[in-house]
Amino acid sequence: MSVFIIRRLMQSVLVVWIMSLLVFVGVNIVGDPVDMLVNPEADQAEIERFIKDLGLDRPLHEQYWYFLLNALKGDLGNSFIFNQPALKLIVQRIPATFELAIVALLMAIIVGIPLGVYAGLKPDGKISKTIMATSILGFSLPTFWVGMMMIMVFAVMLGWSPSYGRGETASLFGIEFSFLTWNGLRHLFLPALNLSLFKMSLVIRLARAGTREVVHQDYIKFARAKGLSQNRIIFVHLMKNIMIPVVTVLGLEFGGLIAFSVVTETVFSWPGMGKLIIDALNNLDRPVVVAYLMIIVVIFVVINLVVDVLYSILDPRVRLQDLKG
Amino acid sequence: MSEIQQTTRDVNPDILLVETPFQRFMADFLEDRVAVVSLGVLIGIIFIALFAPLISPMDPYDLAKVTILNGKLPPGSQSMDGVTYWLGTDGAGRGLLSSIFYGLRISLGVGVASAVVALCIGASIGLVAAYYGGRTDTIIMRIVDIQLSFPAILVALVLLAVLGKGIDKIIIALVIVQWAYYARTVRASALVERNKEYVEAATCLALGDRRILFRHLLPNCMPPLIVVGTVQTAHAISLEATLSFLGVGLPITEPSLGLLIANGFEYMLSEKYWISFFPGVALLITIVSINLVGDQLRDILNPRLQK
Repeated sequence: MSVFIIRRLMQSVLVVWIMSLLVFVGVNIVGDPVDMLVNPEADQAEIERFIKDLGLDRPLHEQYWYFLLNALKGDLGNSFIFNQPALKLIVQRIPATFELAIVALLMAIIVGIPLGVYAGLKPDGKISKTIMATSILGFSLPTFWVGMMMIMVFAVMLGWSPSYGRGETASLFGIEFSFLTWNGLRHLFLPALNLSLFKMSLVIRLARAGTREVVHQDYIKFARAKGLSQNRIIFVHLMKNIMIPVVTVLGLEFGGLIAFSVVTETVFSWPGMGKLIIDALNNLDRPVVVAYLMIIVVIFVVINLVVDVLYSILDPRVRLQDLKG
Repeated sequence: MSEIQQTTRDVNPDILLVETPFQRFMADFLEDRVAVVSLGVLIGIIFIALFAPLISPMDPYDLAKVTILNGKLPPGSQSMDGVTYWLGTDGAGRGLLSSIFYGLRISLGVGVASAVVALCIGASIGLVAAYYGGRTDTIIMRIVDIQLSFPAILVALVLLAVLGKGIDKIIIALVIVQWAYYARTVRASALVERNKEYVEAATCLALGDRRILFRHLLPNCMPPLIVVGTVQTAHAISLEATLSFLGVGLPITEPSLGLLIANGFEYMLSEKYWISFFPGVALLITIVSINLVGDQLRDILNPRLQK
């Protein structure tokens, strides 16, 4: 077991290192921050001082070496635009993104599982067919377009909810959250729903497939023969057994939610990490882009590592196979 | 299957003699009404994309014909010179219907081009991994695993952050995002095929590796590849639209559906819904019809689901 974890850990460090190299070299080839940041009326001496301050005059490999050393110290450079440490800028935005992703995940589960179980219990019913057709739509609808249409209908035409931003936040453990105030909740609802639609369709499909498989199992027949009520069979015996695949897949998909929050945050001007990276890309704010990419790689590597380790605990075949390979 | 064929043969020997595999495939495909309708819609969309300059009511990028005076007209309204804009016009006075026709060209072009290139590259790599096995296989599949553990949109975003904007760059990014799906699919079926007699026979005939890989193994791995190819094309189109909307995909000189939708964003708060709504509907119809055709292909081509 420990061999397996050490192997995976080494692999993760390797992935992060390769990404740091790719990201740094790649991002430094794109665009020239000097053109954009220096006052156009500045004279040659000022431009040179500026280049020196930012370390842009050194060769690329030297710049990378300093970048790596500083990164290990937790310093990923200062944002050209905000003139603040890039890492701090991003870390400040993490709670907003995670809040959105977690609420979206909860919505997907709360809405998706009952619909999926229903569709699985009555596969030929009209309502079930409607649910399944809607879930195909949920897979196909482009997230950003749905988000815009939601703003159009619910915020502009009906005026039910605000169209952008986080609203009022309240502090919990020193971190600001929107879901603690009524105003914040109203701001949170549409973006979270938008982000969760895709995963909701996924949960519906998983829950339906699971239900259809489980209802034919002997233990369900036995529970029925024992005279248990329909509700008890569904909520205790059936639910327990369909939850395993649903929970596993959702664990894996949490990373996807964070990635897709880039889209939702841009549409709803939600001040999270995703909005920050898009703004930074458009402003050629290289330190922020590099820092974001590094943080997101670390987040994903950690998620994947945790999932892998959990998997190997649940399913011994995974780690045995890995040792052989 | 053989039982049914047997009975049919007793009744009417001619039918089976004439039926080629392709005809049987078409007959299976036409069984599902939804799939037939979506195939029809898809063919229509491809037709529009190919012949956009001929069938569009106007050329939306001909500056002589576009006037800002016609800007933001609601759907179905007439401009001053008597032209009716069925889907309205955008902020610069371009007819949306024509813009959508031209946009479909770019969206479909990028989607299909990237899917085809990714299919060729991914399938070759997958075949090599399955055929040679051992260390080659381990290394290739480890790379595939690592890549697939990151969401496609994130990988594409990173790549485009590095590469910059442009139609060639977004195709490169989409290919890099997608090759791994094809590699995995082909490897899975090639692993099964590799151990069959015809490969052994080909090896005994001392045919070259390349010939065995591409003339013997590949054709037998085609069915799942076709299904993945269809679904991935839809995925590529959707991804391109999303990236272009985010402002990291195509430049404004290549107005795909995603950019048309993005253009309408600023007008939406003043209730001018049509500028983003109709391009989005066009995108949705394209993606849904491709997905439904893909679903039907999966049902036909999957031997386990054969009746």
